[in-house]
Amino acid sequence: MGYYQKEIECAPRGEIVALQNERLLAQVRHVWDNVPYYRKKMEEKNVTPKDIASIDDLHKLPFLSKKDLREAYPYGLLAVPLADCVRIQSTSGTTGKRVVAFYTQEDIDLWEDCCARAIMAAGGTKEDVCQVSYGYGLFTGGPGLNGGSHRVGCLTIPTSSGNTERQIMFINDLRATILCCTPSYAAYLGESMKEMGMQPEDIPLKAGIFGAEAWSEEMRRDIEKTLGIKAYDIYGLTELSGPGVSFECEAQQGMHINEDHFIAEIIDPDTEEVLPEGEQGELVFTAVTKKAFPMMRYRTRDICVLTREQCPCGRTHVRMKKPRGRSDDMLIIRGVNVFPSQIETVLLNHGYAANYQILVDRVNNTDTLDVHVEMTPEMFTDNMGEIAQMQRKLVEGLRSMLGITANVTLVAPKSITRSEGKAVRVIDNRKLY
Amino acid sequence: MAIKQISVFLENKPGTLLEMTGVLAKENIDMRALSLSETKDFGIARFIADDVYKAASVLKEAGFINSLTPVVGVEIPDDVGGLDKVLRVLNEAKINVEYMYAFLGGGTQEHAYFVFRVGKDKEKEAESALKAKGITVVTQDDISKV
Repeated sequence: MGYYQKEIECAPRGEIVALQNERLLAQVRHVWDNVPYYRKKMEEKNVTPKDIASIDDLHKLPFLSKKDLREAYPYGLLAVPLADCVRIQSTSGTTGKRVVAFYTQEDIDLWEDCCARAIMAAGGTKEDVCQVSYGYGLFTGGPGLNGGSHRVGCLTIPTSSGNTERQIMFINDLRATILCCTPSYAAYLGESMKEMGMQPEDIPLKAGIFGAEAWSEEMRRDIEKTLGIKAYDIYGLTELSGPGVSFECEAQQGMHINEDHFIAEIIDPDTEEVLPEGEQGELVFTAVTKKAFPMMRYRTRDICVLTREQCPCGRTHVRMKKPRGRSDDMLIIRGVNVFPSQIETVLLNHGYAANYQILVDRVNNTDTLDVHVEMTPEMFTDNMGEIAQMQRKLVEGLRSMLGITANVTLVAPKSITRSEGKAVRVIDNRKLY
Repeated sequence: MAIKQISVFLENKPGTLLEMTGVLAKENIDMRALSLSETKDFGIARFIADDVYKAASVLKEAGFINSLTPVVGVEIPDDVGGLDKVLRVLNEAKINVEYMYAFLGGGTQEHAYFVFRVGKDKEKEAESALKAKGITVVTQDDISKV
């Protein structure tokens, strides 16, 4: 497997830290001078750029959160004249108001570099045909991977999301070798190809770069099997540029964070204290190279763990484990924390496909948890007793994973709406506010 | 030769059975017998059709999960003790009946037909035991002709 920017991706630790120190200092100064909103936050904490001498002083800086983005919308966090910006991207707005992020040309160049690193880590070269089935437009998925694919020199097929038949036609007719999309869409494409009678060995794809939503290890294995590929995880947020903040290498043991651009910390989400390496907590990023929309200590709400253990791929950048889910994805049901990814793990372990929906409601002041999962042809039997037994085992599996009881309903195949972008996994009908 | 029964997974909610019969009607498939069993959220429709393979494939295409199950079909005279006689034979042969359902004859009105799901891979045994006692076992061909 190759590297897009080997010198920095495999740089000795000391070199990375030196670069981070230099870039952080410049970025703090840039923000102090150009973003009154953040300057005020620093002043409230009695911090000035002089107090920040190295990344060891990072903890002195105030956090930014989604709330700040809302308050400062749309221009309050902009750090360059609007005339220097060349593009905006925006979030889907699923968890509240849309985020609008601004980019200078240089910001876009660096972002696309990060995506190119991800594609090469997945084995991409200029010989490859890369189909980008992430949505194009305001969503960062399509534009980010499209740019990365160009930089690597792949033949890029910008299908965007949707029109599954056309997706499959291009994969086959143009012999696409790399597929970029959300994991739920990859699973759907795999399912559709299987139905059309295509075997994994008939499918020209060799690798997939999947991200923009939480997915489980079991789902990865499923997708890999159906499509006959190696599936790589990619991570990012619109606030920080988009996909490519971190990406997986062939070791598939966590995603390397592009540390020359993003400094990562793990904090306790309640006390906001920085936690030592190896502990689970909320991921916080400081973007040190972004000029138009610099995020300082941005709270991602993603819960995960960092590791600096040496990676067999040779990259030296810190790795983050697959987030267990965004803290906004976390459901509190009868006082117990439940992540949709935990439910997915149990379903896949019991032989079901990742076609499911979680319904939460409140009846007589008690939370109810219903999991709807599609029956599959492989699991169907004429024997009612056996099906009931399967259902009981699943309920038992969920109870031991979650600590609470869920009602399991087996539903007809294809009755759960397929998503071409981010899957709608949870429907919470509780009126809590 | 055992009859092939089609078992279809259906959600237990209004309209699902209708959806299934709609597919069969549109494809001109004739159902000879039908039985439904259900739990609170799903059920299985079991039926015998004149063209079993066509029925299975059109249902699959329409998105209905289904499987084929071998069952034993028996013709029973419409007399007192008719079913009793058949069950006696199966009992003597120590063959368990998992479920069964009846259907009325088509051409002749003197007979009723019964469908038995006996234990897995016990169909042949059941059929020979029944034939040995002079009971008429129905084949897939008979079904198509009814």
